[in-house]
Amino acid sequence: MIGIALPGPADFPAWRDAARRLLAAEVAPERVAWHLAGEAAGLFAHEPVPEPRRTGLTVPRSFPELAEVVIRHRDGERFALLYRLLWRITHDEHGLLEVATDPEVIRAQGMAKAVRRDAHKMHAFVRFREAPEGRYVAWFEPDHHILEAETGFFLRRFAGMRWSILTPEASAHWDGEELRMGPGGRRADAPAEDAKEELWRAYFASIFNPARLKPAAMRAEMPVKYWRNLPEAQDIPRLMAEAPKRVAAMVARGATPPAPRRQRVLATDVEVPMPTDLFTQDPATALAALRAEVLADRGPLAEHATQAVFGEGPIGAALLFVGEQPGDEEDIAGRPFVGPAGRMFNRALEEAGIPRAEAYVTNAVKHFKFKPTGRRRLHQSPDAGDIAHYRPFLRREIEIVGPRLVVSLGATALRALTGKPLAITKVRGEVVKSEDGVPVFPTVHPSYLLRLPDPESKEREYARFLGDLKGAWREVQ
Amino acid sequence: MELRRKLEILADAAKYDASCASSGTEKRDSREGGIGSTEGMGICHAYAPDGRCISLLKVLLTNACIYDCAYCINRATSNVPRARFTVRELVDLTLDFYRRNYIEGLFLSSGIIRSPDYTMERLVDVARILREEHGFRGYIHLKTIPDASPELLAEAGRHADRLSINIELPQEGALKALAPEKDLSEIRRAMGRMRLRIEEAKEARKAERRAPAPRFAPAGQSTQMIIGADASDDRAVLGTTANLYGSYGLKRVYFSAYSPIPDASRLLPPQPPPLVREHRLYQADWLLRFYGFSLDEIMAGGEGGMLDLGIDPKLAWALRHRGDFPVDVNRAPRERLLRVPGLGEKTVDRLLAARRHRSIRSEDLARLRLPLGKLLPFLVTEDHRPRVTDRLDLRALVAPRTGFAKPVQMQLL
Repeated sequence: MIGIALPGPADFPAWRDAARRLLAAEVAPERVAWHLAGEAAGLFAHEPVPEPRRTGLTVPRSFPELAEVVIRHRDGERFALLYRLLWRITHDEHGLLEVATDPEVIRAQGMAKAVRRDAHKMHAFVRFREAPEGRYVAWFEPDHHILEAETGFFLRRFAGMRWSILTPEASAHWDGEELRMGPGGRRADAPAEDAKEELWRAYFASIFNPARLKPAAMRAEMPVKYWRNLPEAQDIPRLMAEAPKRVAAMVARGATPPAPRRQRVLATDVEVPMPTDLFTQDPATALAALRAEVLADRGPLAEHATQAVFGEGPIGAALLFVGEQPGDEEDIAGRPFVGPAGRMFNRALEEAGIPRAEAYVTNAVKHFKFKPTGRRRLHQSPDAGDIAHYRPFLRREIEIVGPRLVVSLGATALRALTGKPLAITKVRGEVVKSEDGVPVFPTVHPSYLLRLPDPESKEREYARFLGDLKGAWREVQ
Repeated sequence: MELRRKLEILADAAKYDASCASSGTEKRDSREGGIGSTEGMGICHAYAPDGRCISLLKVLLTNACIYDCAYCINRATSNVPRARFTVRELVDLTLDFYRRNYIEGLFLSSGIIRSPDYTMERLVDVARILREEHGFRGYIHLKTIPDASPELLAEAGRHADRLSINIELPQEGALKALAPEKDLSEIRRAMGRMRLRIEEAKEARKAERRAPAPRFAPAGQSTQMIIGADASDDRAVLGTTANLYGSYGLKRVYFSAYSPIPDASRLLPPQPPPLVREHRLYQADWLLRFYGFSLDEIMAGGEGGMLDLGIDPKLAWALRHRGDFPVDVNRAPRERLLRVPGLGEKTVDRLLAARRHRSIRSEDLARLRLPLGKLLPFLVTEDHRPRVTDRLDLRALVAPRTGFAKPVQMQLL
């Protein structure tokens, strides 16, 4: 047997160096007895490590990552287990750590999990008490050899404080500049109380809801072994004992009559909107009134949308563009044509030389219709019923703006305007009449251009769309 | 009023907000000055006997409120004692607790006093003083008031890690009836505005060359919905939830089973829902977002728009779709394995990795401590082929023996 003495209980570099030497010398795991320096090495563990025979052994990166954690476990078998894993990985089982069903892998991963949990609980359950001269001292009892590895967490968090964490095995001290590891301590070495603990206990008692006791869930996450070092835990038995009485008292009181002096509004800065005259002849006022009406619409699509999106642009614009419906971005922003299709439309408008002062933009349907799927909203085409619901709004909007020509973008807009399901391919480029006798110039919706798969057809169709816009602009010159 | 008494009143008033999360924000620490750190993972510093995590100092600035929401203990017409922290008291309390490692930070909310802007300004003050005067690097979650001005919202987002507005109830009608001063459209618009700012700040962090956009709530926004205070069924709850996730990019929608409050309003139902309903809704929500289930598939496992309380929604779905089973653990693709009751995402990925090296037997599953009783009727392994998949009493075989009877909320009479 070959005895290997390690200087500390969680000294990963020392273990790694020893393991490398053993591996290079082809020493099988059964021939190694691992122990800590100062402990007896076992009766026959006096052979030296033989001369190296192999070089250039590689292991997947996941192994040292796992080993570095497992070595902090208190199980005395950890050094040997890690060496056995290393041996198997370097002897025809390179992918061993991926075999989650292997008993030794399960064991090592279980140990790593226990160590990580212990560290996480340490971050959570260390309780500092203020000692003289503004020093903060905590007594903590971890299950595994984690103190040194976890000092970094406390250092990053409390770099400006001076603190000590005492455990039975070792202690860590930060003086604001330097971290020093020291010997283990006793509970009595930490202050016995802290002035703020009373407030913390009061908080703990008040934040808990007595009407939903789940003590098993509490104990699963905050095991009883930690309670003796948690100031708030001493109140748990009392809180649990009192809970049923508190709930019974609530029930007995039942619904209470409203307080005689209700909390009042002390001052208000809520603006009261001015009443608007719906029958006014002034188009700006009429449009504002129509807008208010659309925003207040509670039709079937309103329930799921953020808000209605009304048209934008100057009254008297020569061209009025009608799109399909607001999309995801329009729904959030509350403005038409701000999403991807809107941006493409604006670019085309500029390239066609149509001044903004002559373009009013709106949609046939005023709410976003979509299907929520997981993390995104999927656009859904409005149906005949949706179109019909918003048509009265659209007709009045066109009437008030009073354009010389309406440009319909896509099938929905064309249908909303003409009342008929016309195919765009048939009427594209010619002027048709809306139900109200307004001239309508049909073209495609810019989102159609976005959906085209290949760049060539995209370019060709964009040019054609641009041609349509220019044609519409010529119509109104 | 004594500070301790204020803390008792204002913590008691805050406990109906379920969230206490402190995760998902940017990494930062105090090595360059100040105090505190956030490292991505949330930390629960204690657990209360109600099983809930205590991560943050969760309090109201004041429980005085001009709104009269029936489900809320702080409503204008409630008889609870009222209190109000000063900004300084809250700042000191947060720092005193933080230094002793009691908390990850602060979750601050408030009743509406005077006006939405006045209230929001006080909340923002606390966050600003913590960040700017004390270099506080811990976690801050601020409750946002829907009608507060855009400038205040921008400042709140600059200091806070997370912002939230509670949607309160699953359906608009219920909100109108129970919270007359709240307006669902306004809440949604405010969530939309927050989404835009969060996305903007995220984009700016990615594009390094440009001047950085102001920091805005790096841990995103969340919301809470009370379950069982109105008549909405589970389908309506999950539909609204899916809409909220999809529309506003929420990090979390919290469900809070309506719980009896002291000084209850007559408008509320006398019976609280069983706590397990909240649990089933969370499970269903998970299946929707991470397991590729559709709402219709999930609801097919229940009856009349409600989930089955006795078994989890994936098992309920599987029992009604036995034709899709058994699934071969050694051959089935990932998305089929994710639909097997008792197999979670992590386990599926471990099994996929393991089966590349050797074929999986039933004892392997036992070694991984998986629930074999639930799993094996639906799964083919190297040495097992279920024969019970079409048995009429399969439900009784696979349902947990205790049911999920345990955490049942105490009943009002």
